[in-house]
Amino acid sequence: MIIKGKKAVWNDYQKEIADNNYYYVRSCVRQNFFPGSETAFLKIMREELNKDVYEHPCHTTCTGIGYHGDIVPVETTMTVVARQFALMTEAGYENLLPSCITSFGLYTEILDTWHHFPEVEKKVRKQLKKATGREFKIPKNLAHASDVIFKFRKEIGAKARYKLINKNTGEPLKVVDHIGCHYAKMFPSRGIGGAEYPYVLTGMIEEWGGQIIDYPERRHCCGFGFRQYLVQANRGFSIACSKEKFESMKPFKPDMIITNCPGCPMFLDRWQYVINEMEGKRYGQNGEGIPVFTYEEVAGLVLGYDPWDLGLQMHQTDCEPVLDKIGIEYAPEDKYKLNILPAYSEKHNLINV
Amino acid sequence: MSKHVVVIGGGVAGLEVAGQLSRAGIEVSLIEKESKTGGHLNNWHRLFPDRRNSIEVKEYLDGMTHNQRIILLTNTTIERFNRNKGHFSITTNEGRELTADAVIVATGFDLFKSARKEEYGYGIYDNVITSADLEEMFRTGKITLANGSVPDTIGIVHCVGSRDEKVGNFYCSKLCCVTAVKQAVELREYLPESKVFCFYMDMRMGGAFYEELYREAQEKWGVSFIRGKVSEASETIENKLLIKVEDTLAGRPLKMKLDMLVLMAGMEMSEGGEKIAGLGGLNTGENRFFAAADNHFGSNKSNIEGVFFAGTCTAPMNITETISHARAAVVEVIDYLKDGK
Repeated sequence: MIIKGKKAVWNDYQKEIADNNYYYVRSCVRQNFFPGSETAFLKIMREELNKDVYEHPCHTTCTGIGYHGDIVPVETTMTVVARQFALMTEAGYENLLPSCITSFGLYTEILDTWHHFPEVEKKVRKQLKKATGREFKIPKNLAHASDVIFKFRKEIGAKARYKLINKNTGEPLKVVDHIGCHYAKMFPSRGIGGAEYPYVLTGMIEEWGGQIIDYPERRHCCGFGFRQYLVQANRGFSIACSKEKFESMKPFKPDMIITNCPGCPMFLDRWQYVINEMEGKRYGQNGEGIPVFTYEEVAGLVLGYDPWDLGLQMHQTDCEPVLDKIGIEYAPEDKYKLNILPAYSEKHNLINV
Repeated sequence: MSKHVVVIGGGVAGLEVAGQLSRAGIEVSLIEKESKTGGHLNNWHRLFPDRRNSIEVKEYLDGMTHNQRIILLTNTTIERFNRNKGHFSITTNEGRELTADAVIVATGFDLFKSARKEEYGYGIYDNVITSADLEEMFRTGKITLANGSVPDTIGIVHCVGSRDEKVGNFYCSKLCCVTAVKQAVELREYLPESKVFCFYMDMRMGGAFYEELYREAQEKWGVSFIRGKVSEASETIENKLLIKVEDTLAGRPLKMKLDMLVLMAGMEMSEGGEKIAGLGGLNTGENRFFAAADNHFGSNKSNIEGVFFAGTCTAPMNITETISHARAAVVEVIDYLKDGK
């Protein structure tokens, strides 16, 4: 591996990320999969970084799952997205900040389509006006939420209570980064580090003390892949994809996986359990699984947030091996006490604090 | 009064043009941006299809150009290029002013920068090299991996930067197929124990004796040809390269572990050529190479009277074709000068 070559690629793919005043759009599915992540993101942005992040209660799905699942026609999708833009315009914001990778990819694709085919934009504007009476401005800046955490990774690192370092050995934790396919594979220039050697999560991990593993199936789909999973008959293919990745990363002995997509942590986490049930195989060390995290969870852990406030009890592959390696303090007995709500969700109305 | 022609570029075409013009009694200023002439020929070991040592061709070209009618200006680039009343005034980077009756552009090609095909990992993975890197190894006689060991399994990827919409090159570079076959044979000669696999889209063996070499590669040297494009390369924990490719004849995806991957870099319009095109107002085509005034009858003529093209600055060509094209350019120039222009 020639690191200099990788750094040259990373330098080729930089993007502009707004500094403040974000219009945040949540994912349809993340709050079910890993409910602490978006909450943690808002806490980090508002309380740690003092940023203005606005959420609109009328925001809906972007239809990305339906679009990529061949259920929703593109024109419908574009009109729904136009409505999101209209809500943002009405709220007085210009910097769109999607939580979901597929939404980010879809917004990018639609903006690019409109750029090349202005007549399509005109038609969608007309349709939106007719259906809802709304009008919109094109976002001034579009960045995925992981882009923003990447942008402020040093500020988060400066406040870190923990480093991604094995407290017993002093060695950096070995981390697998898995980037959602819709982040940069469609538009490499819109992702930090491009599509082949993305830097967005690598930059966070390096800044927070860990070490990234480059394993052969790094680019492979996690197994979500929409049609692979949404069509029940294809689910064997979905788990086969995940297994392909686990088999490939296992020789590198990863301590954990970090992801930036709604579906990837879900599938990489849950399918490990299923593979173990089906074949009795585990891919981590000491007969354990490989804990899978969202980048917000990792940022929260680094900042010293309580693992159960971050929702780590919702993971099917236990996260404790990583918590113990880092030396994070937690109360095992509180893991499944569902009446314990995160301290910060009690304090604040989470929408538009 | 003797005529004076400026030849821009001291590669195969430029040297041949300069030599032939001087034979015809025309004074030549040969401008070369590097410290020595020869261009890409200097980086190649043996040439297809007969594996002649490139030094022999270089010696022939040097022999052509060692005469008093040719002024060689190395380490020289052109900064200004104007046409005025049938004459050309050219200013070099060193401030030298040249006046010419005609100009021949022979700025050649640049090898496609293989790092642009990021998925193959050139410049990132230790044992991903280009066809030019392999020629350098052939010259030194040491075909080794980055750790000094001898490769056992070697893959060759055709069409790197050619026929590739993603990098903006729709055209075929024409010579990569035969280069791959030549290098595959040479690898088997140097490393008889090795296994060599070529991954191709189509085998375009259009030159004299190319098909024969392709046949020899299969029958005598056991080179495996797999029809399919490599989609990506990555590195395993044993420091081997894992490639993914679709075998389109077998109709299934394929994964293979290799010790070395050789990328057949295509040909692109040279940066020097692009600069000259801008300075001189010379037309270029969709493929970014110089556009000939007529594809059938005027492949050496440009859109500007008195400016001619020679060699690979107009399209990918092999050395034989380059020399023929250069000689044709000389005929056009002599014809042009004879008219008293």
